[in-house]
Formats: sequence, structure tokens, C-alpha cells
Amino acid sequence: MTSMSKRFALGIFDDEDVLLHAIENVREAGVKIYEVFTPFPIHGIDDALGIERSRLPIAAFFLGMTGLSFALWMQIYMLGFDWPMIIGGKPHIALPAFIPVAFELTVFFTCHGMVITFYTISSLYPRWKTPVLDVRSTDDKFVVAIEMNEKIDLNHLTQLLRANGASEVNEKEMTKF
Amino acid sequence: MATLTHQESVTAEYLQVSSNARKRFIIIIVAGVILLVIGLLLAAFHIGEAAHEGVAAHGATAGHEGTAHHGSPIWIKRLLVSLWHNNVFFTGVSVVGTVFMAIQYVAYAGWSVLIKRINEAMSAWVLPGGVLLVLIFGASLINNDIFHWTLPGIMTKGSPNYDHIIAGKAGFLSVPFYLIRTISYITIWVVFTNKLRALSLAEDLNGGTEYFHKSITASALFLVLFAVTSSMSAWDWVMSIDTHWFSTMFGWYVFASWWVSGIAATTLCVIILKQMGYLSFVQAGHLHDLGKFMFGFSIFWTYVWFSQFMLIWYANLPEESVYFNQRLGGFNGQYTWLFFFNLLINFAFPFLVLMTRDAKRQMIMLKIVSIAILIGHWFDFYLMIMPATMQANNGFIIEFGVALVFLGSFLLLLTKRLSQASLVPLHHPFLDESVHHTT
Repeated sequence: MTSMSKRFALGIFDDEDVLLHAIENVREAGVKIYEVFTPFPIHGIDDALGIERSRLPIAAFFLGMTGLSFALWMQIYMLGFDWPMIIGGKPHIALPAFIPVAFELTVFFTCHGMVITFYTISSLYPRWKTPVLDVRSTDDKFVVAIEMNEKIDLNHLTQLLRANGASEVNEKEMTKF
Repeated sequence: MATLTHQESVTAEYLQVSSNARKRFIIIIVAGVILLVIGLLLAAFHIGEAAHEGVAAHGATAGHEGTAHHGSPIWIKRLLVSLWHNNVFFTGVSVVGTVFMAIQYVAYAGWSVLIKRINEAMSAWVLPGGVLLVLIFGASLINNDIFHWTLPGIMTKGSPNYDHIIAGKAGFLSVPFYLIRTISYITIWVVFTNKLRALSLAEDLNGGTEYFHKSITASALFLVLFAVTSSMSAWDWVMSIDTHWFSTMFGWYVFASWWVSGIAATTLCVIILKQMGYLSFVQAGHLHDLGKFMFGFSIFWTYVWFSQFMLIWYANLPEESVYFNQRLGGFNGQYTWLFFFNLLINFAFPFLVLMTRDAKRQMIMLKIVSIAILIGHWFDFYLMIMPATMQANNGFIIEFGVALVFLGSFLLLLTKRLSQASLVPLHHPFLDESVHHTT
């Protein structure tokens, strides 16, 4: 099972501005950052980490189209063919009356679909034991995780992180991460 | 990456309105006047005009029994109505400058500080616009060209003009009360516009956070008052033209139209200034936010439009649906194309074009969409005002002429006020945040 476990060097930071500078400098020094854990979203951290833009909006567009088509199909089929009724003297397929439902189902499909898509691709789902590298990242510390391998010298990395404002540097091994 | 960490010093920059630019604005006005004269001549001598008289009665189910043609000759009436239409549109767009700024203040928003001066300059038109509103209203009273309810005797029983529905609204629709209301709206708008402008200029001179806090207080008060006055001005200036008809969505509908046009006008100014080399600190992030505003509020306008339309369409009460009867197929289909064009240019176009993130960050896309929105909402107001006043006698040449005259004057005033202060509010406490704004 050793192949399942990974070793991480964790740089702990106290301040978001220091963190942003540190990320830039560490990346410039050629170190690959595995992930950064922060208690709250930080503006501009995506750019600093060089993360590509998410393709989630594309999924959102198609989910919305699915919702819209489903809503229109459902109403046209139900009220136009399956069980036609005269309501208020309007035609069976009365499009203006279908628009509110179409709108709501578009939103419904988009938001639920996006949440499910996001959780799936981020492999976030409920489980008994949640792997957390450092619990303080949910409180007041910013944690930069760097995956270790044979080529990385821990002493050198520690120095680099400390020089860039890390208050401590720890090492942690995780299985199933 | 760089924008986050390095510091650049922000310095004041002043807009130089070249005589060339001013000449261009005057050319717009002159072109408008020429178009206007051509239109007036064509209308006065009935050139290129089919026999509309028979058609008019066809769609005008709202008018009461025996709608005899009353009022001025068609060409004068068209000029007056068109002045009113353009004035309501331009005054609304200009007051949105102050509203937008007030909302940014109350929300403690930092990103918009760099574009604040454009909003201040836009509102320069509120005072002349308001004065013109009162003057045009006065002129319309001579032959009751715009408002049907101003007809003498329409609210007195026994008079040949008597209309019991309009008489029921006598408490609200009386000329003195109307004038008092209109003048109060304008006064409120002008006072707060000037107040926020004065605070902003004093802040430039003296610095400190005192002006910022005072601006927030003024903005909060203004927004409460504007919430009421925007709705009421919509009833007075636009809805009372269709005197028999009423809609509870109308205040929101007119506000939505003004608001999205005002944001489009702000965006257009930012882009033009940036392309001229000003506003160097305005980055894609700021444009992105403006684009999101335009995108979102185009949908908001559609939402309000649809809420009004669907309820009336579904209930199909004669006194309500007459409004859409006139606009959709009424007067021999005169306004039908505008009805659909309105939805296309104000909803479908911005919605589809501004959907992606990249489109909201590119100046060319935003420029095209903001121009389309401004034109679209000008036509939106056209569609609100023309069917009830001009019936089938509407046209476009006079109306475009008047619009150009207004546009030129609006731009002259806007650039004048814009050049009077630094484009960057140097001592605004959130300036730094705006300079480093990223989305």
C-alpha cells in the first residue's frame, strides 16, 4: 500500500499577502505546488498559482440547455398531446405560459448539475474520515502543500519557504489523498 | 500576477476636450436639426404618407367614444411627443449616473472608484432635462398633445369630453399636483447629484475619510428617495400617457430600462475614454464587472417586461390587454416589428453576446453591446410613448432628429463636466482597491 501514500511538505503562513508573494516566489524557484488550503477564498490566488480557468461554465451552459429543453418538452407534451385542456381560452400549446416553468427548470438543472459536477470532479463526497493536511487551514492558517519526491531536498525547500515568510514547515504523509 | 503585488503611483489625469471633439458634438446637433427640419417638412406637407386616418380608428380601442382628432397639426404633435420621449429617456439615463454611484457608496464597493467621475458627469444632464420636462409639459397643455387627461372638461360631468374612468383618477392627475410632483422628483435628483459631486470634489482637494462617510449618508438617503421617485416619475411621465391603462409593474419596468441604459452609457464612456488613452488604470477586471452589470440587468429588464406581459396576456382583461393590442398588431401592425425588435435587441442580443467571460472583458464586444442597448432602450421608450399619443401617425425622421439633438447636447455637457475634475478621484479611500481590482 505504500504506493497509495504521498508525502507532503507543508508551509504554514499567517497572512494572505505574505502567502501570495510566497506562492509567486516559490513557483519562480521551480517548485511545483500541489495545493493551497485557505480558510477563505483569496482574490487572485488562481492567477498566482497559475491555475487554468475552470471549464465548469461550459458544463453549466449544456446543463441549462438540458433543463430548458426538458421543461419545454414536458409542458408541450403534457398540455399539448397527452392531456390537452382548455385553460383560460388559450391554445393548448401556449408558450408564454410555459416560460416561467422553463426558466425555473433551466435554473434548477444548471445549479444542481453544477454542484454535482463540481463535487464529482473535485472528488468531494461524504465519507467517514476526511483527509486534512492541517486542520488549522480551516481556522486561521494558510497551508501550502508541496508533494515530495526523491528529487526535492526538504532542507532546501524549508529554507525557501521560511525565507518567504512561512511561520513553520512540516512534513506529513497521507494515504488516500 | 503583477497587478497584485507591485505598486504604481496613481496621478491625477485631466480630460482635454479638444475643439475637434466639441465640433463633432455640434455636428451631431446640426445633423439632428437638419433631420428634424426634413422630417417636419415631410410631415407638414404629408409627403410619403399613406392614408392612415382610417387605420387609426382600427387599433385605437382604448380611446373613448368618438375619438375625434383633436390637438395640434400632426407635425407639431410629433415634435412635442418626440421631445417628451427623448427627454424622459435622456433624463432617466443621466440620473442613473448618480444612482449607480450611490449604490456603490452604500455597498462600500471599491472597484468602481476609477469610473466614478463618469457617473458624476452623466448626471450633469438631470437639471436641464428636468427644466425641459416642465417646459415641454407646459407646451403640451396648449393643445393637450401628449396627455389625454389634460383635456379640459374630461373630468367634469356633463361635459362632452367627460370620461368617467379618467374622472376617477382626478385626485392624482391634476395639472398643479402633476407639476408639483415632477418638480419634486427633479429637485430631489438634482440636490443629491450636486451634493455627491461637491463632496467628491472637496475630497479631491482635502483628502481624508470624512467626505467618504458623508457621501455614504447622502447616498443612502438618496436611494430611499429615488426608489419612490423613480416609480412615481414612471407613472407620471410615461404611464399617464395611456391614461385608461395601468400596470403595477410599470415603475419597475421604466426603472429597469433607464438603469440598464445608464450602465451601458457608463460602459461606453469608459471604453471611449480608454481608447483615447485615458483611464490607464481601468483594466479588464473593471470592464468585466460593467459587462456583468449590463448582462444581468438586460435579463432583469426582460424579467420585468415578461412579468408585465404574461399577466396581462393570461388574464386577458380588455382594459389591460388593450396596451398590448395596440403594440402587437394594432394600428394595422404598425408597431408589431418594434415589439419583437425590442425583445431581440434588449434581451436576446446582450444575453447571447455577453454570455462568455471573454466577451465581457473585451472592449469591442462591450462597445457593440452597449450601443445596441442604448438604441434598443430608446426604442423601448418609443414603444411606450408613441402608440397612445401618435396612434398610427408615428414616424422616425423627426424622432431621430430630436434624438441626435439631445445626444449632442448631452455629450457636450458630459464632457464639459468630465473635464472639470481629475478623471481619477485621487483621495478616495478605496482608490487603491480599485487600481488593484481583479476578477
